[in-house]
Amino acid sequence: MTTQDGQPLIHARGLVKRFGELVAVDAIDFDLQRGEAFGFLGPNGAGKTSTMRMIGCVSPVSEGTLRVFDLDPAEDGVEIRARLGVVPQEDSLDLELTVRENIIVYGRYFGLARSVLKQRADELLDFVELTERAKDRVEPLSGGMKRRLTIARSLVNEPEVLLLDEPTTGLDPQARHVVWDRLYRLKRQGVTLLLTTHYMDEAEQLCDRLVVMDKGKIVAEGSPRELIERYSTREVVELRFADDDGRPEDFSEWTDGLVSRVEPLPDRVLLYTDDGDAASHGLHERGLVPESILVRRSTLEDVFLHLTGRSLIE
Amino acid sequence: MTDYALSLRPLEFFFAQYKRVWRGTIVSSVVTPIIYLTAFGFGLGTLVDRSADLPDGISYLEFVAPGLLAATAMQIASFEASWPVLSAIKWSRQYHAMLATPLRIVDIVLGHQGFIAFRMLMTATIYLGAIAAFGAVNSPLGLLAIPVTVLVGVAFAAPIAAWGAYTETDASFVAIFRFLIIPMFLFSGTFFPIDRLPGVLEVVAYATPLWHGVDLCRQLTLGDVHPASALVHVVYLLAFTGVGLALAFYSYRRRLLV
Repeated sequence: MTTQDGQPLIHARGLVKRFGELVAVDAIDFDLQRGEAFGFLGPNGAGKTSTMRMIGCVSPVSEGTLRVFDLDPAEDGVEIRARLGVVPQEDSLDLELTVRENIIVYGRYFGLARSVLKQRADELLDFVELTERAKDRVEPLSGGMKRRLTIARSLVNEPEVLLLDEPTTGLDPQARHVVWDRLYRLKRQGVTLLLTTHYMDEAEQLCDRLVVMDKGKIVAEGSPRELIERYSTREVVELRFADDDGRPEDFSEWTDGLVSRVEPLPDRVLLYTDDGDAASHGLHERGLVPESILVRRSTLEDVFLHLTGRSLIE
Repeated sequence: MTDYALSLRPLEFFFAQYKRVWRGTIVSSVVTPIIYLTAFGFGLGTLVDRSADLPDGISYLEFVAPGLLAATAMQIASFEASWPVLSAIKWSRQYHAMLATPLRIVDIVLGHQGFIAFRMLMTATIYLGAIAAFGAVNSPLGLLAIPVTVLVGVAFAAPIAAWGAYTETDASFVAIFRFLIIPMFLFSGTFFPIDRLPGVLEVVAYATPLWHGVDLCRQLTLGDVHPASALVHVVYLLAFTGVGLALAFYSYRRRLLV
């Protein structure tokens, strides 16, 4: 083991990725500790995938320091990749082979013995609930099943860190929850997770700690709860108006003293306050009548909006 | 763990995939030479032999059979190195899966080329067996046509794979087949000696790797080996393979490690 206790599994300082003129990752710093679930939250194009690819040793670092297991991705790619599990954004399963063959063939790339792989494939298929489909070809499987198989495959080498690039993008809500449940179990088993996502609920459910990325930069770091406390209020009041005529141009006269911040969006208006019910009651007393009022908890989406002025999913 | 062993690992994937289709490829490997040898050796051959214009009094079947062997290797290898390579990058993304494991670019290139060489070995063995059954192998040296056919295949597969990893779409593959592979099939000495071609075209034919493969296979099956020219043929085909592999390492790296 090259990493001792307390030393981060992944260590980045001033990490830069350039594609010609474009700066995809702009001098980011982060550390991944053993046993934690760490997330990169940000919209498409924030530089999350580029960061993952550099860690996976399939994209050369343009500038800065990147150490994975205290090894250099430029020199020690073979050893680093032997200890990583990778769940890519786009599936790379072999559609012609069976579910089980996909795991065994992939395990052979790691040089694992066939006898070991047969047993491990059965355990992994059981873990992702695909045992019944073990002998079926991959092609007709649903998107959620394919993603579960990709996760099972990525665990075949018993990785020290599992890299998940947008693990539930493109899945329906039910399939997403099944994937989250499996990832949550892995986390409880002590597998170190590093994931990217543009779903704030995914980040809130799975990540112990996350960084918010925007345009290649890290704009905030902390646990989901810390980020919400630091950059948002406890609650949010969402106002919707039937048409632009009923929507005031200037909200300050309605909300002064009631809320701490107003965020007008094209389709709704967000009011940040620690007591949503009191604020909506106050608005009502002042005579503002929107089409609908919704009081909800603050989320990472609100954090992102506050930090960048933009939504996570555009 | 040696580097050499790493390059063998991708082969298992190609074999696992091949296991699904091998019966079909064996059938076509047997049927194809029978059709070609019957059509050209017996059909066309009876007309050609009447004019008795071939060197050393050999029959047209004996002349054309080794040419067909080398030309078939060229076609199968070229196909295997075009669409499957682009697919492993763009559609099935198998190369990306391999790169998430300890495998390196060099292993992916050599693994895929190794599989194509294996396909050539199967094809050449069956094809040569068919030629022998038609009575057109005149010397035990003919057995050496098998490794030569493998070499012809890789001499095409390596540079075409380099292109397959470079190009964005599969549109150019059709052009490669139409304007390079099929003209070579027709004009590189498979069906007639290239000295019958008009001046410039004869020089072009000499430059094609297929002609070197055809002539070498022909020397071997006829048992009429000219060591100096045989050596030139081997070196020429090895050069295509070597340059092709170097280009493939470059274009795979450029495409996959960005």
